[in-house]
Amino acid sequence: MSERIPSSTSGVGMGVASGAGVGRTSGAGAGLAPAGMRTSPRGVGAQRLMIYGVLLLVAVFVLAPVYVVVVTSLKDLAEIRRGNVLALPEVPTLAAWLKAWGTACTGVRCEGLRPYFVNSVLMVVPAVLLSSILGSINGYALAQWRFRGADAIFTLLLVGFFIPFQVILLPAAQLLGVLGLSNTIAGLVLIHVVYGIAFTTMLFRNYYVGVPQELVKAARIDGAGFFRIFRRIFLPLSLPIFMVCIIWQFTQIWNDFLFGVVFSGVDARPVTVALNNLVNTSEGVKEYNVDMAAALITALPTAVVYMLGGRYFVRGLTAGAVKG
Amino acid sequence: MNGLDIRDVHKTYPNGVEVLKGIDIEVDAGQFLILVGSSGCGKSTLLNMIAGLEPISRGEIRIGGRVVNDLPPKSRDIAMVFQSYALYPSMTVRQNISFGLEVRGVSAAEQKRAVDRVAEMLQIGHLLERKPKQLSGGQRQRVAMGRAMARDPVLFLFDEPLSNLDAQLRLEMRAEIKLMHRRLGKTICYVTHDQIEAMTLGDRIAVMKDGVVQQFGPPQEVYDSPANMYVAGFIGAPPMNFIRGTVATARDRAVFECVTPTGKVSLPLPFGRDAVSAPDGAELLLGLRPERMTDLAKARYEDAAGASARVDVRVDVVEPTGPDNLVVTELGGNRVVCRVHSSCTAVAGELLPLTLDLSKAVLFDPRTGARVDAHKAVAP
Repeated sequence: MSERIPSSTSGVGMGVASGAGVGRTSGAGAGLAPAGMRTSPRGVGAQRLMIYGVLLLVAVFVLAPVYVVVVTSLKDLAEIRRGNVLALPEVPTLAAWLKAWGTACTGVRCEGLRPYFVNSVLMVVPAVLLSSILGSINGYALAQWRFRGADAIFTLLLVGFFIPFQVILLPAAQLLGVLGLSNTIAGLVLIHVVYGIAFTTMLFRNYYVGVPQELVKAARIDGAGFFRIFRRIFLPLSLPIFMVCIIWQFTQIWNDFLFGVVFSGVDARPVTVALNNLVNTSEGVKEYNVDMAAALITALPTAVVYMLGGRYFVRGLTAGAVKG
Repeated sequence: MNGLDIRDVHKTYPNGVEVLKGIDIEVDAGQFLILVGSSGCGKSTLLNMIAGLEPISRGEIRIGGRVVNDLPPKSRDIAMVFQSYALYPSMTVRQNISFGLEVRGVSAAEQKRAVDRVAEMLQIGHLLERKPKQLSGGQRQRVAMGRAMARDPVLFLFDEPLSNLDAQLRLEMRAEIKLMHRRLGKTICYVTHDQIEAMTLGDRIAVMKDGVVQQFGPPQEVYDSPANMYVAGFIGAPPMNFIRGTVATARDRAVFECVTPTGKVSLPLPFGRDAVSAPDGAELLLGLRPERMTDLAKARYEDAAGASARVDVRVDVVEPTGPDNLVVTELGGNRVVCRVHSSCTAVAGELLPLTLDLSKAVLFDPRTGARVDAHKAVAP
């Protein structure tokens, strides 16, 4: 802080000076500016304006569809039919939300998204936790314990990234059949955990590689074993990377459609599949407001997770070596 | 011996690279052993093998008389201090120090007593509740030592513990380590690449190069009577001078003839002719420490077994260091450095008369680098 205060006051002083002395050239101001500030205050202003302008445009472009989805979900059908897509709802109503949640038809059943939302929660929580925990243990082993064959396993994990989902559908279905997990939430959890391990292991490995090897040596001499070192020394360092992993895995697993549609029976459908069914089930009239509300309900959990953990996401991705 | 006993230890990596080629070192309990050498000599590998962090390919290591080859690190009754300190970042200083005790199931009261004892000895009592990242380098070093001391092991291992400290702190901590050794009286094995640390701390020094112990002995012996040119050049700063010339005989004594700016001189050697295993006229290198080539002509060296001589050299560079001046010159065609008194008014380009004290002179074969005089050090 003590370093920042003088530089900011000098910045203010300079701004006053250049504002008062109209005849002064901006070049003189630049000459007086502290190192790091390359252009005159006026130049900075113009640059700022441009940057904000561009950012604003991009934001509008990205957010416009979201805006349409939100306002449409709050309108009633009559208002939607009048055709003004961008207008705010005249009489905001949550009717569409309630219908999407509780009574809309997804195929032959008309229970809304609620049971499928619950299915997704029951699937995503254990799948995210298991894949993250297994990934962290694997990553720790790969990064800090140079065992025979570690390189081979690492290569296999890399290969794991390049296998398209579609390739494993049939063998995975057979495996689930053998295990008696076909069409169950447990089966979906298993698939997501197995498929997630390659990514989570890599993520944790790359994080733990930055931890000095001497920590493990010191702990081994102190008498600690593999899991105690993990629990007492590595886990406490891992909050940022766990947040990254959880956010990533949550997004992947919650948003998954393919595994959901292939491996879940009628009773285990995740919300993404239900959303698809809901949108494709029509009773004569296309209820855009219900579709939009259902889409928002489906997307909400990932948005919430990002909002809660977003700052960790950036921090965790850029986190470097842990200095002892 | 019941301190540390390393017998014919080899280390070969799975890819066939042999990094240790038969190490033999023995020290008594309570002795301070230094493993010194430039990087890649295998000293850290050897330390890791003593610690049990790397398997031993061949040979035997005993700690306190007990063969530890197949024991895991925790069962070897050792403690280790690392170059990077390796403090557990999420634990407080107190937890760092007591972790080893906690793992071993020592009672909380006992842990507290050990931490207090160590904290008092190292004066880190006020730091106990801090995290490692809130400590300075010197404080971290102290905590790392405290962690090693808490368990009261029979053998301490130090892996270049002072390399990350600035020069002044290094001096301070060096004295601290020596003091700790005197107080605890435990066997220490200390790895460093710094020859001054080796000289000042060690009871025994093992100079290593390319996975082989070049010389093993007390510091003064290694300094005065280096086994080969590598040791002579590694230990001592500035290193030993090597003067080119030939060996000859004069009244049954060995003499060394070399060329100076004022003509050829015959330098008397402190041993008989039969001690030198080379024929007359053989090209050899005379090894002489800088402090034995000086302008102090007086009685101090006059009676050095008659083995002193005067030569004239032409001064190339004078480097004042404070307590004395280093004079860089040439003798017998090789660059040599002489340590002269700080009052010496040598000027570059002029002739300077020097007194050579040859009582500790040694001879090397320039081709093999080996000693060729019978003073050749024998490993104890």
